[in-house]
Amino acid sequence: MAFAGRRDAPDGPDFTVLKRLARDQLIYLLEQLPGKKDLFIEADLMSPLDRIANVSILKQHEVDKLYKVENKPIVSTSDQLCFLVRPRIKNMKYVADIVNADKAMGRSRKYKIIFSPQKFYTCELVLEEEGIYGDVTCDEWAFYLLPLDDDLLSMELPEFFRDYFLEGDQRWISTVARALQLLNSLFGPFANTYGIGRCAKMVYEVWRELVEESEGDSQARRPDISHVFLMDRDVDYVTALCSQVVYEGLVDDTFRIKCGNVDFGPDVTSSDRSFKVLLNAQDKVFSEIRNEHFSNVFGFLSQKARNLQTQYDRRCGMDIKQMKNFVSQELKGLKQEHRLLSLHIGACESIMKKKTKQDFQELLKTEHSLLEGFDIRESTSYIEEHIDRQVSPSESLRLMCLLSVTENGLIPKDYRSLKTQYLQSYGPEHLLTFHNLKRIGLLTEQAPGETLTAMESKVSKLVTDRAAGKLTDAFNSLARKSNFRGISKKLGLIPHVDGEYNLKLPRDMAYVFSGAYVPLSCKIIEQVLERKGWLGLEEVVRLLNGNEFAPTEPLMEENPAWEAQRVILVVFLGGCTFSEISALRFLGKEKGYKFIFLTTAITSSARLMDAMLEAKV
Amino acid sequence: MACYTANWDPLGEEAFYRKFELYSMAWNLKEDLRDCLVAAAPYGGPIALLKNNFRKEKSPASRPLLEIYSASGVPLASVLWKSGQVVQLGWTASEDLLCIQEDGTVLIYNLFCEFKRHFSMGNEVLQNHVREAKVFHTEYGTGVAILTGAHRFSLTTNIDDLKLRRMPEVPGLQKLPSCWAVLSQDRVTIILLAVGQDLYLLDNTSCSVVTPPGISPHAGAYVQMAVSFNYYYLALFTDTGSIWMGTSSLKEKLGEFSCDFRAPPRQMVWCTRPRSKQRAVVVAWDRRLLVAGNSKECIQFVLDEDSYLVPELDGVRIFSRTTHEFLHEIPEASEEIFKIASMAPGALLLEAQREYEKQSQKADEYLREIKDQNLLAEAVRQCIEAAGYEHEPETQKSLLRAASFGKCFLDKFPPESFVRTCRDLRVLNAIRDYQIGIPLTFAQYKQLTIEVLLDRLVLRRLYPLAIKICEYLRLSEFQGVSRILAHWACYKVQQKDKSDEEVAHAINQKLGDTPGISYSEIAARAYDCGRTELAIKLLEYEPRSGEQVPLLLKMKKSQLALNKAIESGDTDLVYTVVLHLKNELNRGTFFMTLQKQPVALSLYRQFCKHQELETLKDLYNQDDDHQELGNFHVHSSYSSEKRIEGRVAALQNAVDEYYKAKNEFAAKATEDQIKLLRMQRRLQDELDKPYVDYSLHDTVYSLILDGNHKRAEQLYRDFRIPDKRFWWLKISALAEREDWEEMEKFSKSKKSPIGYLPFVEICMKHHNRHEAKKYAARVTPEQRVKAHILVRELDQAADAAIEHKNENEMNLVLSKCTAATDSSVVEKINRAKAQILKK
Repeated sequence: MAFAGRRDAPDGPDFTVLKRLARDQLIYLLEQLPGKKDLFIEADLMSPLDRIANVSILKQHEVDKLYKVENKPIVSTSDQLCFLVRPRIKNMKYVADIVNADKAMGRSRKYKIIFSPQKFYTCELVLEEEGIYGDVTCDEWAFYLLPLDDDLLSMELPEFFRDYFLEGDQRWISTVARALQLLNSLFGPFANTYGIGRCAKMVYEVWRELVEESEGDSQARRPDISHVFLMDRDVDYVTALCSQVVYEGLVDDTFRIKCGNVDFGPDVTSSDRSFKVLLNAQDKVFSEIRNEHFSNVFGFLSQKARNLQTQYDRRCGMDIKQMKNFVSQELKGLKQEHRLLSLHIGACESIMKKKTKQDFQELLKTEHSLLEGFDIRESTSYIEEHIDRQVSPSESLRLMCLLSVTENGLIPKDYRSLKTQYLQSYGPEHLLTFHNLKRIGLLTEQAPGETLTAMESKVSKLVTDRAAGKLTDAFNSLARKSNFRGISKKLGLIPHVDGEYNLKLPRDMAYVFSGAYVPLSCKIIEQVLERKGWLGLEEVVRLLNGNEFAPTEPLMEENPAWEAQRVILVVFLGGCTFSEISALRFLGKEKGYKFIFLTTAITSSARLMDAMLEAKV
Repeated sequence: MACYTANWDPLGEEAFYRKFELYSMAWNLKEDLRDCLVAAAPYGGPIALLKNNFRKEKSPASRPLLEIYSASGVPLASVLWKSGQVVQLGWTASEDLLCIQEDGTVLIYNLFCEFKRHFSMGNEVLQNHVREAKVFHTEYGTGVAILTGAHRFSLTTNIDDLKLRRMPEVPGLQKLPSCWAVLSQDRVTIILLAVGQDLYLLDNTSCSVVTPPGISPHAGAYVQMAVSFNYYYLALFTDTGSIWMGTSSLKEKLGEFSCDFRAPPRQMVWCTRPRSKQRAVVVAWDRRLLVAGNSKECIQFVLDEDSYLVPELDGVRIFSRTTHEFLHEIPEASEEIFKIASMAPGALLLEAQREYEKQSQKADEYLREIKDQNLLAEAVRQCIEAAGYEHEPETQKSLLRAASFGKCFLDKFPPESFVRTCRDLRVLNAIRDYQIGIPLTFAQYKQLTIEVLLDRLVLRRLYPLAIKICEYLRLSEFQGVSRILAHWACYKVQQKDKSDEEVAHAINQKLGDTPGISYSEIAARAYDCGRTELAIKLLEYEPRSGEQVPLLLKMKKSQLALNKAIESGDTDLVYTVVLHLKNELNRGTFFMTLQKQPVALSLYRQFCKHQELETLKDLYNQDDDHQELGNFHVHSSYSSEKRIEGRVAALQNAVDEYYKAKNEFAAKATEDQIKLLRMQRRLQDELDKPYVDYSLHDTVYSLILDGNHKRAEQLYRDFRIPDKRFWWLKISALAEREDWEEMEKFSKSKKSPIGYLPFVEICMKHHNRHEAKKYAARVTPEQRVKAHILVRELDQAADAAIEHKNENEMNLVLSKCTAATDSSVVEKINRAKAQILKK
């Protein structure tokens, strides 16, 4: 797929300003409570906070002790307590318990709650119901976007997925819109906005309103980012459900990357302690292998090791001066590289060990047959065995979902038996998990029941006003059909190759899944950018349940000198996987685009499944 | 220009005063002013008259009539007075009319005689009646001071934030004071009153006797007093005709004047201006007007009719039945320019420009004279300033022309002052027009600010003029045009004679989507006027849903509010409406409403999940959502119930609900769970080990691990565990127990439904190659290669692969070979491969 006039991808904008803004605001908020204070931080916010302001900055602004928000009595002796939390009801109860306990003891302190990224009405309501509304002061820390990497911004809101797609709770929509508006004001104005999905559309509409409200203060200027593409996670569950085989994705699947950090345990570091490693473009070794198919990684690393050795070996035969030079200038870099190299080699070994144990190849084979739609019976038995042997609850669930999504639901017999097997293996509480999966459309029964259509017709009768579209949409999303087979055919997601797919020199985005499947989400983006709209994709759009949008005004003239026209912000609502990021980075290189990723959180099949579990207290 | 100074009158050495006509009054007044209660608002404000107020007989035909006119006498509105006896009229700073009644009630009317509200000055006033009242303005707002029949003072400093203060008693006061005034000093409001020859100062707590400094002991009794516009100065008139002038702090005397008339004047007011040279008071009797300052002489005018004085910031307005005049001290710039034979630079420049127009070379002479003294800039400045003080557009123009002419000969004269003065004068001339009738002077206009002026125009419903001014002065839309349009719209919605459609349409036509327009505010006004339908129509134009919702709620259009909130995508707004509905509606209706709004419903459910679990259950019940009810019970069996009985009961409820929901699968699964729970409890009791909360699989596994094969078998049968699972489970458990004997026995109990490869795998997993080998021999031929590889018998694996003639398998074996130890195997396979190739 060589493109005529292939251009180099432009550089993306510099996102460090986002960190600076967040830090400055946090400092300002901390100073609003002058004097020494103890800071209670919600666990989810600890890693993001760490990337913004370290402990010494907090100490500079009179934070005395740091605590984690957890369900036990506090020991703080400070007269001022500051809580840095997400706007969740349980946090409000936590604070209320502390305040009420203090009241009971006749102790008076100052309390301040800082909500990140924003406050919700329900939080205030709970504070009121608990009778402490007047005792606390509330503030918002508008920390919407954490730059995880040069091209990756995360809102670190993993609950977005469950809240919106499962519970139908739209409260995060305005948060995303505000984040988008923040980027628009710093790096925009965004000229062209495309998108697909109900949530994407709502975010777009709310964002437009924000733009209109703030219009007037934005000067006409050259944007750093000109295109935006918004996509709902439920447009493409398949990609998120597949095992990842690109290095970064595999590391995530195996070790779980948290907020850009990964904990390499003793089995990786081959020492008795574990290392926390920051994985981003600054890591020279990692940046070269992150987007590679795993089969290439080992070869690359050993090549790298050899190179490193030769560089070390240059020492022999150096005179004193050269040696001095070497030690002062190169040695540190080499050592650093050496350390990273050994870590990644360790990680690779560890991955290999784990993956071969579970017969990874077999698993991939099954996934590939599911994607292609062959040997469904065999795959079903494979899944059954997987469940019977209790390999892993989330893996088993993932395979069931993949089967369901690709096949547009399970046939009733399998649906019942797989579920029964699963309940026997992993416990009966998963009855609720199945209910959730059905509701969200990840695990369904073929031949849709009449109940849904009946419901729809009932609703459409009720609806007369403008909210009509939204209402029926709401019901559609409750149990949407995936139509994967049809979409796959239309878009050619399964590449037909003669002979072996060359993973060393990939020719399309399918390489992120060993050449077996082009990720649907990425393919849609590619197609829309190429066509500058949805024209010609009508059938696909219909199969994806619509809700697409594109700029209505005529497009700006292509200006080759204008780099920003090739910088595209891709917004994933409900999370994106590292495989998708790798695939789009590849596409960018091929076509001279620079993709910037904005996601509500990094996701993976395991995270997707975890989100569906009903918490067992 | 001899004629120009014709109306100038000198007072002492320094100052000139002039009186000129602003308007000839258009009001065709039949009555004498003295027969009416009169109040005129400062800053060129409106005039209120209450006619027939003093008549004693109250026949319907002679009811008092309240009339309001502009300063030029154009009638604005009138209304028949039907309330009680009015003692005093007065205007507030926001041009509302205060009518102070005898009973202490103060009624507030707007410019158009529309009643706004009323308040009372308190019980004491009600009982003793109002004898006299004064309306005054301080930095706190508009205040009212009352003198009651009990000779006590009551006052409030701000009628919009009513706090009544009753002043202390004046000792020995038996009759009404001859005169009194309200003073404001250091932000404290005090009252100065005169009783005969004594002056008393009343503050919040005490009453003290004061004496003005330097007053002659024979001055006599005080009959009139006047406080200046800014409260700095005080003037006292005594019955000997002596006028004392000084500061209102009574610390300094400014001057004294003795006049021939001893009769108490009808009115006395200060006539000063900021930075004035001379401070003078204007005293009016029935037919005489006198200007007195610190000088022996005074200026006298004859009054043809009853006149009324209105003190202003920089002069005094005097109106009568026929005319409206302005009396002021000539400002310095005008004096310099127009004084006869003045050689001031401004005067020369004006002359130069005139000569220039006549094309006379004298222009150059004059100009040269100014330039020689290097005073051209000063000359221009003077002309610009003087133009501002002029009332006649012609004079303004000639001065500005002179300034403009002079500017040509200057290099760097900043143009702003010239441009600003031109613009301001244009605005002032427009509003001074007698149709508009706001005779503001330049100084008053600057003090008032353009924003307040615009407000006043809006108050007079002069929307087009206000908009023109905004556009002309290029005010930002947000604080200019939009604000005025919004006011216009708020007025428009009160026009009851037009239909809702017409009004809504007219408003939208004019307002469109002008930035800064809040349709919701206009709608709120419409709602206040009782036009709910119009309000809803107007809200449709409001682009921000967030603004629509609160009003809709107020109008009890909760359904609509909910829709709008949902449309806005702002969940906080949805919650606001939902919780409002929760309080407003009964539970049933509330739930019904939610059912129709899935978005709101899911939000409310989310809230209930955390905050009100029972409500959640009611919600499901109401909707007959048995599936969710089932889930609810299942959930509570894990989270809230701790005892087995409780959990079983919860699950039993769930089963019932699932059956009702026709979800047999879930019902059966839950029944199984009940069965399992009971079983687990029995096991727990019998074996004294924790089983509860294990999955079925784990329960059986753990039984086998403990060697309880019988019980395991029983569960296997009871729960119809599939054979495959049971075999997997059992051999895994046995291997973990390292019970190889039992495993072998089990493997022989019947044909394995999972084959024998799993046996090999599991044995190897537990590092028992010996046992593994046993089973490797029993696997099916297809799996043999794999089995041999697993037990690391590459040679036999190779044999099997060769036997199968399967190249894939051969390669698999090859990949496991290491060069050092397995060379013979490699060789064997390569040979076989070669053979296959040959064929």
